[in-house]
Amino acid sequence: MSSVIKLENIHKVYDSGEVKVHAVRGVSIEMQKGEFVALMGASGSGKSTLMNLLGCLDRPTEGRYLLDGIDVSNLNRNELADIRNKKLGFVFQGFNLLSRTTALENTELPMLYGKRGTSRRQMRERAMNCLKIVGLGNRADHFPSQLSGGQQQRAAIARGLVNEPQVLLADEPTGNLDSRTSIEVMGVFQRLNQEGITILMVTHELDIARYCKRNIILRDGELVNDIQVPDRLIADDEIRRLQEAEAAAKLTK
Amino acid sequence: MRFFFTIYVALRALRRNKMRSILTALGIIIGVGAVIVMVSIGDGSEAQIEAQIAALGQNIILVYAGSATSGGARTGYGGAGNLSIPDALAMKNEVRDVIAVSPEIRGNSQVLANGLNWATRIMGESEDYLDMRQWPLSEGAMFTEQEVRTSAKVCVIGKTIVTNLFPDGDPVGKTLRIRNMPFKILGVLVPKGFSLQGTDQDDMVMIPYTSAMKRFSRQTFLPFVNVQADDSEHMAVAEQDISNLMRDRHHINEGRDDDFTVRDQQEIADAAAATTATMRYLLLAVACVSLIVGGIGIMNIMLVSVTERTREIGIRMAVGAHGSDIRMQFLIEAVVLSLMGGLLGILMGVSGSKFLSWYNHWPTLISTVAIVSAVIFSGAVGICFGYYPASKAAKLDPIEALRYE
Repeated sequence: MSSVIKLENIHKVYDSGEVKVHAVRGVSIEMQKGEFVALMGASGSGKSTLMNLLGCLDRPTEGRYLLDGIDVSNLNRNELADIRNKKLGFVFQGFNLLSRTTALENTELPMLYGKRGTSRRQMRERAMNCLKIVGLGNRADHFPSQLSGGQQQRAAIARGLVNEPQVLLADEPTGNLDSRTSIEVMGVFQRLNQEGITILMVTHELDIARYCKRNIILRDGELVNDIQVPDRLIADDEIRRLQEAEAAAKLTK
Repeated sequence: MRFFFTIYVALRALRRNKMRSILTALGIIIGVGAVIVMVSIGDGSEAQIEAQIAALGQNIILVYAGSATSGGARTGYGGAGNLSIPDALAMKNEVRDVIAVSPEIRGNSQVLANGLNWATRIMGESEDYLDMRQWPLSEGAMFTEQEVRTSAKVCVIGKTIVTNLFPDGDPVGKTLRIRNMPFKILGVLVPKGFSLQGTDQDDMVMIPYTSAMKRFSRQTFLPFVNVQADDSEHMAVAEQDISNLMRDRHHINEGRDDDFTVRDQQEIADAAAATTATMRYLLLAVACVSLIVGGIGIMNIMLVSVTERTREIGIRMAVGAHGSDIRMQFLIEAVVLSLMGGLLGILMGVSGSKFLSWYNHWPTLISTVAIVSAVIFSGAVGICFGYYPASKAAKLDPIEALRYE
């Protein structure tokens, strides 16, 4: 099986005049198809920088990045944009949906900047499909302001899926959500992963990382730990446990 | 380039901010509207002036007698008494390009009819005068050559005379008394309204010039003669020929000054044209200023819009939009804004000038050129003033843009 992501000795140095900040120092990571990885680290550990590099939003100062077998380390702005469009799906901490634009239209957005020749109807259908996958089929014509945080994040996940990316990149996807909704969103990720979608997410929450299959820990721009999660949490079980606890506390029926 | 999709995105963004879009376009709307109103008023009055100049008669040359000095006082044109009827007839018969002449004598007199009286202008003219001035009769007929030759006591009258002396109408065939002399009314002239100088052209009685000379002025000379050339191209030649003929007839030696003056109406037309040209330059200046002001308004709002939508730009870039897509999106927004302003401005300008011509009775003429150039210029303003904000948007770094709060 070929690697979807292959980082070879990646360095990133920010040069802001006098001070040089060495944010990422020689990280090598390999990810296979179907993996579900949590990239962890305290703030300042370089995980955001690494995420920008992985997301083809930025270029490494040194090293090689192969995405789906393509060397993307030295592509220009427009080529990177096309790679992002074709190979990657993004989920952000702050959801980043376009306001005053329906969930369906938000989901369509990546297709609009994609290859030509997709008819409006095909776009509608594909976007609708993705919304159904994340359980928002009945909310397609809602605006973000009419959706709860969890629903907004699920719409964002649908948008990330719509161009059938090689990897779904999630940057602190549960950062703005309460614990229960976080578990629900992790449930969505787990279901998608079961269907074969490769997911890489950044988080600093240990319990959220336990829903993933593999954890990579960064410290001071270096990779310090890379483990398979031994006692993986299953979101559906956790939700059930939570419901039982709530019922016991008479919060719900 | 995903052009049509980009237009769609831009239109949607504008629709989402309806009020702001309209206010932004207001500068252009008012500018274009004002220009169209002013151009239509300008064109309307120009057309009116042209019509009035044309109504003075086509290819008319005026030949004035010279001035005379008596006791130190100079008489002004026409006072020298050296322009005679034979001179006038010679102009008609001997100058090739001249097709008609009308010696003219003017005076003022009280006229009476129906027991009413009215002070008015008396004009002595030839039978050709109405054709020369392109002045038709609304009823009756002009006096004939025969009547001119016999100094007949006949006249045609203007509308103002009819109103004041014949309130019951139907004056043709009736008699009108000028200084106690009865004149038979042969016809009534079509109203011409006020002249450029503000005199009521319908307030006059026209009689054969021979009658005027014999019965009122009691003079044998003419103050001036209206001459009509056959073609505007021949005006200069005709004027030269008339001049030569008159020098010859008046025995003026080489090197001595003319004792007459030949003029044409080109001067009046030139003056009118100069006025309109000045007006056009002023309009152009106003148009430029208002379009620039409107454009600055658009640039301002586009800059605000780019800042406000930094995150949106970041999202679009993250999911694969090129810089050029973003630039095109904002550029199209600016162009749509200004074009929309232009179109609304045209609507406003056209209805504004219609209203003015209805309410103030100003002559207006909607100019297609003004409308077409308004559209072109407002589009150009959109591109010029939208380019900088759009480029600014296109150059944003997606990482920074996504992080923007």
